[in-house]
Amino acid sequence: MTGFAVLAATGLTWHLGSDLRQLTAYPFMVNALRAGALVAMMAGAVGWFMVLRRQSFAGHSLSMIAFPGASGAILLGINPLIGYFGMTGVAALAFAASSPRGGRAGSREGAALIGTVQAFVLALGFLFVSLYKGLMSGPIALLFGSIVGISNYDVTILAVIGAVTAVVLAVIARPLFFATVDEEVARARGVPVRALSFAFFVLLGVTAAGAAEVVGATLTFALLVLPAATAQRLTARPVLSMTITIGLSIGVTWIGMAAAFFSVYPIGFFVTTVAVAVYVVAAGIEFAARRSGTRGALAVGKFQT
Amino acid sequence: MTAGIDPFTGLAHMLSHAYMQRAFVAGSLVALACGLSGYPLVLRTQVFSGDALSHVAFTGAMFALAVGIDLRVGLFAGCTVVALAMAVLGRRGLADDAVIGSIFAWILGLGSLFLTLYTTHRSAHGGGVTGVTALFGSIFGMTASQAWVAALVAAGVSAVLLAISRPLLFASVDPEVAVSRGVPVAALGFGFLILVGVTAGEATQTVGALLILGLIAAPGGTAQYLSNRPFPAMFLSGGLAVLSIWIGLSIAYAAPAVPPSFTIIAASTIVFFASMGASRVRNRSSRPAGSVDDVAAGAVRGPRSLGVR
Repeated sequence: MTGFAVLAATGLTWHLGSDLRQLTAYPFMVNALRAGALVAMMAGAVGWFMVLRRQSFAGHSLSMIAFPGASGAILLGINPLIGYFGMTGVAALAFAASSPRGGRAGSREGAALIGTVQAFVLALGFLFVSLYKGLMSGPIALLFGSIVGISNYDVTILAVIGAVTAVVLAVIARPLFFATVDEEVARARGVPVRALSFAFFVLLGVTAAGAAEVVGATLTFALLVLPAATAQRLTARPVLSMTITIGLSIGVTWIGMAAAFFSVYPIGFFVTTVAVAVYVVAAGIEFAARRSGTRGALAVGKFQT
Repeated sequence: MTAGIDPFTGLAHMLSHAYMQRAFVAGSLVALACGLSGYPLVLRTQVFSGDALSHVAFTGAMFALAVGIDLRVGLFAGCTVVALAMAVLGRRGLADDAVIGSIFAWILGLGSLFLTLYTTHRSAHGGGVTGVTALFGSIFGMTASQAWVAALVAAGVSAVLLAISRPLLFASVDPEVAVSRGVPVAALGFGFLILVGVTAGEATQTVGALLILGLIAAPGGTAQYLSNRPFPAMFLSGGLAVLSIWIGLSIAYAAPAVPPSFTIIAASTIVFFASMGASRVRNRSSRPAGSVDDVAAGAVRGPRSLGVR
């Protein structure tokens, strides 16, 4: 890939302007920044609900499942898109079906099933890679992702998925929030709690598959969980919290991509490290606020009745 | 292909290979430790912690390779440290979903850093192969010393788990009552997570970091479907994990194109889904409102869902 040669030739200077110009001088990098922003928005918005619903485990499993889907499709000679959306879709429906009644994850049966499905599907992926004798981008690349080699096609696909996700999420956001915060009352008021749970699992699966295919499972999971966990520690107001999540998500992605561009180290490391640092600061602020008696920090699960 | 006409001849042939003997001995003990820790993990709804710890094993292994120390030091040190961190940050040894997720995401990022460090600085070739081995394991490729260490550590973990099984299960089923009876619930939660960390570290060599959950969550979940009494269920979970390893190893021996990690996980998955189906059918025919298990689940989940912390 030419990207690596370019990466080796660049160097960080003290001129912010010229650094930024350098960063955007290559089409592959522009594509990476665009794809990164799309993934960050999607993962941030869906991840905000995921963290509130305590479904990080399902989110992680779904991001991992993109890899076997893709390798299975390559083995069968069909479009990888079908492979990973098919595989993730089936898994998302299985998770939704197994979760109790309205269902948050975190139940014993649900968690055991998610873990079993995750391990089995990853084992399938390993089998596909072993059976396929030709060149297949390995599990390592699919796990950790890379900023080089994101095509215009990838960006277009991501934009479409992002738009659909945004529309669906906008439609179900209010009832979903209600059903998440207070399941019993929502059910009593006639909110279709179970249908929402299904819809959300599918949304999570689509986001995870679309994002993991382009930027890797590690980064997808990090963007699903970290910005949302950070924002929910800072404020209890849903709209503000969601805004912070998406802003933070795009911010850490771009910072991580820029850092990866100017160094030899992988993007996953930079994005997660920056995001964890912000999370620790937010946790510190929340802790200090709680000490001084300020109310309003939205610790995860505080909405629970 | 050798396990042909006479099953006993085939079995003897299979067990005559040194690598198969190592795989069976080390694999059985590792599976026992996984199964025994898997049931309490499922009971305590800590499967996500187990998932995180199994990925820590990968990062730990990559760290050890990057700085050039023994792989197993990285595995065990990494898993123990993170298990401790999760136990400290969580309440009573039950870490919060978002906290585990955040640590977990960072661990994965660190894993990618160490993998890059290792592939760029340490090894001229084969770095990717080592990474894949850490992710998916290679039970047939174990050396005699690796097998010995894995077997001894697994036997030790299993012995400790059996020794603390009584208070651990009590604390898992009903923490409030256990506390009032003077059971050290927090210390047990702490110790248990460390045991899971050690289990994940050693299971990495057999089935790989990505597939450990199949030997932990699947037997644990299966046992829960088959029995609602904690003690038998815990032993059942250990037995099912060992059985999965035996079936998996035998099939992988008979079909060399299929990796043993896959056959082992496939065996445990099939057993899990079969028992899930059986339990659903049984519940539907005899108890329309749910099983005794749901009552136990209510006892565990009840206080928390009422907002009592």
